[in-house]
Amino acid sequence: MSTQPHIITLTIDGRELSATVDDSILTIARQHKIDIPTLCFLEGLSTWGACRLCLVEIEGTPKLLSACTTKCVENMVVKTDTERLKQHRKMIIELLFAERNHICSVCVSNGACELQSLAQECGVDHVSVPYRYPSLQLDSSHDLFRLDNNRCILCTRCVRVCDEIEGAHTWDVAGRGIDAHVLTDLNTLWGDSESCTSCGKCVQVCPTGALVQKGTAVAEMHKQREFLPYLTKMRRNHP
Amino acid sequence: MSTTTPQKIKVATIWIDGCSGCHMSFLDIDERLIDLVQHIDLLYSPLVDMKEIPAELDLTLVEGAVSNEHDLERVVALRKASKFMIALGDCAVTGNVPSMRNPIGLKPCFDRAYQEMADIVVNDPADGDPGIPALLEMAKPVHEVVTVDLFVQGCPPPADAIFYVLSELIAGRVPDPTLLTRFGA
Amino acid sequence: MTPEELHDVGQKHREQDAKTPHHVRVCMAAGCMSQKSDEIKKTLEKAIKEKGASDPCKVKCVGCMGLCSAGPLVRVDTEGQDSVMYQNVTVDDSSEIVQSISDGKPVERLVCDTNVPFFAKQQKIVLENVGEIDPDSLEDYISVGGYSALGKALAEMSPAEVRSEVEASGLRGRGGAGFPTGLKWGMMARNESETKYIICNADEGDPGAFMDRAVLESDPHRILEGMALAAYATGANHGYVYIRAEYPLAIKRLKNAIRLAARAGLLGHHISGTRFSFQIEIRLGAGAFVCGEETALIASIEGKRGQPKPRPPFPAQSGLWGKPTCINNVETLANIAPIVNKGGAWFASIGTEKSKGTKVFALAGKINNTGLIEVPMGITLREIVFDIGGGIPDGLSFKAVQTGGPSGGCLPDRHLDMAVDYDNLRDAGSIMGSGGMIIMDEESNMVDVARFFMEFCMSESCGKCIPCRVGTYQMHNLLDRIAEGQGTHEDLALLEELCITVACTSLCGLGQTAPNPVLSTLRYFRNEYLDLIGEQHIPAFVGQEASQ
Repeated sequence: MSTQPHIITLTIDGRELSATVDDSILTIARQHKIDIPTLCFLEGLSTWGACRLCLVEIEGTPKLLSACTTKCVENMVVKTDTERLKQHRKMIIELLFAERNHICSVCVSNGACELQSLAQECGVDHVSVPYRYPSLQLDSSHDLFRLDNNRCILCTRCVRVCDEIEGAHTWDVAGRGIDAHVLTDLNTLWGDSESCTSCGKCVQVCPTGALVQKGTAVAEMHKQREFLPYLTKMRRNHP
Repeated sequence: MSTTTPQKIKVATIWIDGCSGCHMSFLDIDERLIDLVQHIDLLYSPLVDMKEIPAELDLTLVEGAVSNEHDLERVVALRKASKFMIALGDCAVTGNVPSMRNPIGLKPCFDRAYQEMADIVVNDPADGDPGIPALLEMAKPVHEVVTVDLFVQGCPPPADAIFYVLSELIAGRVPDPTLLTRFGA
Repeated sequence: MTPEELHDVGQKHREQDAKTPHHVRVCMAAGCMSQKSDEIKKTLEKAIKEKGASDPCKVKCVGCMGLCSAGPLVRVDTEGQDSVMYQNVTVDDSSEIVQSISDGKPVERLVCDTNVPFFAKQQKIVLENVGEIDPDSLEDYISVGGYSALGKALAEMSPAEVRSEVEASGLRGRGGAGFPTGLKWGMMARNESETKYIICNADEGDPGAFMDRAVLESDPHRILEGMALAAYATGANHGYVYIRAEYPLAIKRLKNAIRLAARAGLLGHHISGTRFSFQIEIRLGAGAFVCGEETALIASIEGKRGQPKPRPPFPAQSGLWGKPTCINNVETLANIAPIVNKGGAWFASIGTEKSKGTKVFALAGKINNTGLIEVPMGITLREIVFDIGGGIPDGLSFKAVQTGGPSGGCLPDRHLDMAVDYDNLRDAGSIMGSGGMIIMDEESNMVDVARFFMEFCMSESCGKCIPCRVGTYQMHNLLDRIAEGQGTHEDLALLEELCITVACTSLCGLGQTAPNPVLSTLRYFRNEYLDLIGEQHIPAFVGQEASQ
């Protein structure tokens, strides 16, 4: 059953590193403290490849590839931090801020938000594209939690954790393009959802203030993710 | 202290649609202000009593979003007069709290605030009042109406960030405010 | 059916046909059908019956005859004589046409001259049976050599031999990207798996494109045969046709064709008595353009939301239900049977150095002859637009041709003498795409054209990745501003910056190519943007303005 993993060598940002062919570029980079920004990726959930922040340059490949979904290949030469990549990352973050109404100063996740800290890390000092100011709904119908669509970045971590870890599949995405949004069950209110187990995993994995615990004031929402590596590890041992 | 420093930087600050928190934070620079004053001439500001916008300025700091016609007029005038313009704080940089009315729309906002919630309805402010500048349909970040040279995020930006930015500029260097502050800080 | 049985069926059918000296072919593809060609067929049959013709005469329902702008089209074929094509036929013309057959004198006022370049300059491989055979008749297809390539491959060729013919032909994917088909099949064949899939991508969604539709409506068996050959060559045993639900007639004819082929033992278990088994199912697309993208198409067949996935892994490695999957476009598959029959070298003798064979284009927009054409690769745009297309109507002059649908670009008159092939089009800033060709005259506003295509991409973005979801919205918004005369030079700079980020960072082809119409119009018609912007700048320091 267990075959010896095939060890290969690749170069990331000038450093020669070893990996197996099943490792993603992101995994190996992180193992060696090479920082590649991500938003939709979360260790323990399936890869999604949608935020495009972890795009890297690979020698001999004209297209930029997402580090989270691309597996390591023998003699691959990867660059994670070129000027071009930095510019693209900045623009992608700006597009996210302009898409919905992210007002950091009045957010319960202020100070503990991945979008906010990525903006700072990537040097986003303002948003050059015009803001859209869409009119979006809040769903406060659940006893414990709240969905604020204004702050959702459609990373689908909630959808994946609910489906893959909790097994409830309460969350999914509806609508197309700029109208895409997350929803519970077949578009019922969260509080009326029959599949939701109120486990709160979706809240804890949400990178922004879109899914939060009720009763938190500005900057009070701190997410706890320890359960995810724990569960993933336990389940890997007992499939 | 010498009073004969020949080349003082001519500075304006303006407080438009914001809470004045950024100006408070500016004052929170505290005793370091005394050092700054050696290099700065504050010509136009809520902190000084000057009614007219000076014709020539080296630097303008803008606090607040551009929300009404008067804001717009003054920001454009200051922009034309200033060699360098800083959007100071989240309202100026992102629109922040003032922009929270944008998704709702001006008229529904007025109706809610001054008609539905009011004890006494005097007149509809949406119709305009000669004494009050008309609100723009959207509250905008400063860079959507004029070019901005530097953005200092934060609600408000910490005093240290403001001091750092000003002292770097005085020293002729280009500061990177994201080292000390961020959106919502 | 064995090759001998096929031969017999074809022979018998041809003999049967020869007993009737006159054949009246009525176009029953969607274009002519929308102008009541089905009723014309009925009245023709009625008139023939009433007349009790002395020479037997048969009315035949066929597929697209190409010149859609002159439809409904009817063609009278009399043995030993030149065929006569009639255009703009109405129900009232039926008895006159029938009378003319016995008189032996054509109805002059309806005659459509087929000696014009529109017909003469075409070279038909994909469309060779289109407009000739009855799409609902298996015997008709067999009588023109149908399924003989499959019979030949199964009886005489190994899968590797079929692949090497396709590789030698130089055929490139007709869906848009132009990936060599032989290479794709090779990748697929190398992946060992009990189960492999062949998918026919019939989710034709480019605005103004109707090539695949015509093939499916007019010659559905050609696609089934192509799929069976692809399956044999790559070791697949199951096929899907993913077709958009907006093509009801194509779906109906395809379903009928699958039923007939299965009944004749040309699909199903142990085809032609060999060990090769292959079944085909139809899956309907629900109207999402992005589902033409391979990975989104696969997700849609799996019953999931039609969203793409990052590649690698490629479908040939891990596709439908995680199994090796080969996805080919309708037109690509339509080329397979002739390649197997006549050999890869024959196919490679047509076209240019790097683009072999022919290409079907759907001519639309400001052009006299709108319709479907098939031309050899390497033909010039001028020949297509002015000879075949008959030039620009209303005495106006040519401005640009848009190729490749929303992922393509607009090429100005200086490119008219360019030989049309994959590489030339790409170098000029457009793409071959699936074959939509929209012609624009001098009155077309290029900023509006860019805005139209961006609106299309924006509303067809699935919303999965950020650059496409928000970037197309922002680009459309900026184009809107510029088109309305509100745009500034800063807006234009931002638009160009967005084009680059969206093209480089989007997850799938939809987003990666969405900026193309903007980039190509900026490259060739920048003045139109600048005229709309004029002197508008966002206010800046007057000292700077003065220095500018």
